[in-house]
Amino acid sequence: MKKTYVLHFDQSNYDKPIVYRLIKEYDLVFNILRAVILPKKESYLAMEISGEPSLMEQGLDYLVKQGVKVESINKSVKRNEQVCIHCGACTAICPTGALSIERPSMLVSFHPEECTACGLCVKACPPRAMEVSF
Amino acid sequence: MAGVKKSIQEINERIKKGEAVVVTAEEMIGIVAEHGAEESARRVDVVTTGTFSPMCSSGAFLNLGHTKPKIRASKVWINNVPAYGGIAAVDVYLGATEPCVEDPLNKIYPGEFRYGGGHVIHDLLAGRKIHVYMEGYGTACYPNKVVEKELSLTEMPNAILCNPRNAYQNYNCGINLSDKTIYTYMGVLRPHGENVTYCSAGQLSPLLNDPYYQTIGLGTKIFLGGGVGYVTWYGTQHDPTVPRGENGVVKGGAGTLFVMGDLKQMRPEWLVGVSMLGYGCSLAVGIGIPIPIVNEDMARFTAVSDDEIYAPVVDYSYEYPMATGKIVQEVSYGDLKRGSVIVNGREIPASPLSSYSKAREIAETLKTWIQKGDFTLGEAQMKLPGYELMHHGK
Repeated sequence: MKKTYVLHFDQSNYDKPIVYRLIKEYDLVFNILRAVILPKKESYLAMEISGEPSLMEQGLDYLVKQGVKVESINKSVKRNEQVCIHCGACTAICPTGALSIERPSMLVSFHPEECTACGLCVKACPPRAMEVSF
Repeated sequence: MAGVKKSIQEINERIKKGEAVVVTAEEMIGIVAEHGAEESARRVDVVTTGTFSPMCSSGAFLNLGHTKPKIRASKVWINNVPAYGGIAAVDVYLGATEPCVEDPLNKIYPGEFRYGGGHVIHDLLAGRKIHVYMEGYGTACYPNKVVEKELSLTEMPNAILCNPRNAYQNYNCGINLSDKTIYTYMGVLRPHGENVTYCSAGQLSPLLNDPYYQTIGLGTKIFLGGGVGYVTWYGTQHDPTVPRGENGVVKGGAGTLFVMGDLKQMRPEWLVGVSMLGYGCSLAVGIGIPIPIVNEDMARFTAVSDDEIYAPVVDYSYEYPMATGKIVQEVSYGDLKRGSVIVNGREIPASPLSSYSKAREIAETLKTWIQKGDFTLGEAQMKLPGYELMHHGK
């Protein structure tokens, strides 16, 4: 099982070795995509987590108990459907194919599960339909 | 040719009676393949086209209404976007690519260009009030020197969309052969020719379906920004002399259209302000043009498919800015729309800037308007330059 999450830290837990515990106790594999860690301030870590489903669930419970706010990536990266004109400009720069063109409809589809929250699409979208909120 | 000959008046009579056969340019491909051009010309009366993409040469003439006392508005800012006031008292021209005054432009590269003239036009259509700031130098008849007011589209005496160069007949594909990313009006181009971008609706695009401008001319009634507009002249840079394929279709940017219409009856979803990273702001414009199938030639022309339309791939890191006219190679819209093209023996991804799904929606909408009898065809009062080339060529 593989999923991408954004972990939000606050001043009570930003300095705890949380990722270490997730590896050691729950045998989870990580790929950190983006991180902003600021002393005593709100911080976040966007990462892809994979591992045994039951251990993953326990790992996420552990995070919540530590006061970490866990958000699935599709809550953090959104497309404003009212604004998107399905031009396809974003597909030129999306590195993972999360934004791609469906054929034959030629509509642009967004697959949050493939998104790594790199944010390149935000400014490359001509009508500015992509929103990254962390 | 013994074949079919229909006048626009005849077609309009059929539209008014609700009897006209209307199909989109996409549907026409299959019809002509099955029945041949002559029989298709007999069966089909009108083919609808569509395109929706950034069209920088766009803007609007706005009359901001007189104030008490009156002002000769020489300098005008709308939502902080400068509008041209060098015309009569409170008339201005607001251009789509004009950025707002505090925009950092490309000082922080690549610039974001978040708000400009195109965005103002969209905001007006979305029902938002705009902030107008006008300055005049003061005259006996126009004593006021500064006026500030809030205004909505409905409160404006006149608002006319007036786009001097729209609906380009074919266009370049962008590639970047340098070793760093470039930001262009053709979108973000990755280095070493890693991607190609294109910007045409291809087989649905208006002028690609009437390559010799046989029916589209001054006075042609069109779908413009969700409302009704007209072709009022040939567009700037209109050039019918670019090389053509056997089918008459141009192999690069050629014809263009000057279009106009009453902004007040247009829709925000079909005039959308856009920001091209590192380049500037613009306006995505929806245009659909009905093509009367007056003879067999028009049936054949409107049946053109993406695999028969070619666009030049141009290096935007050097050849385009230096105006060398050099192209890398030609590629078909069929391949571009399937998502990849072979350039210099290497397969690279192709992505559009022109929304094909929206172009299709426009062609379908126009088809419905005509089928319902609400929209009759305008007859060209003047042919566009290049009209004569078809007969010379034969």
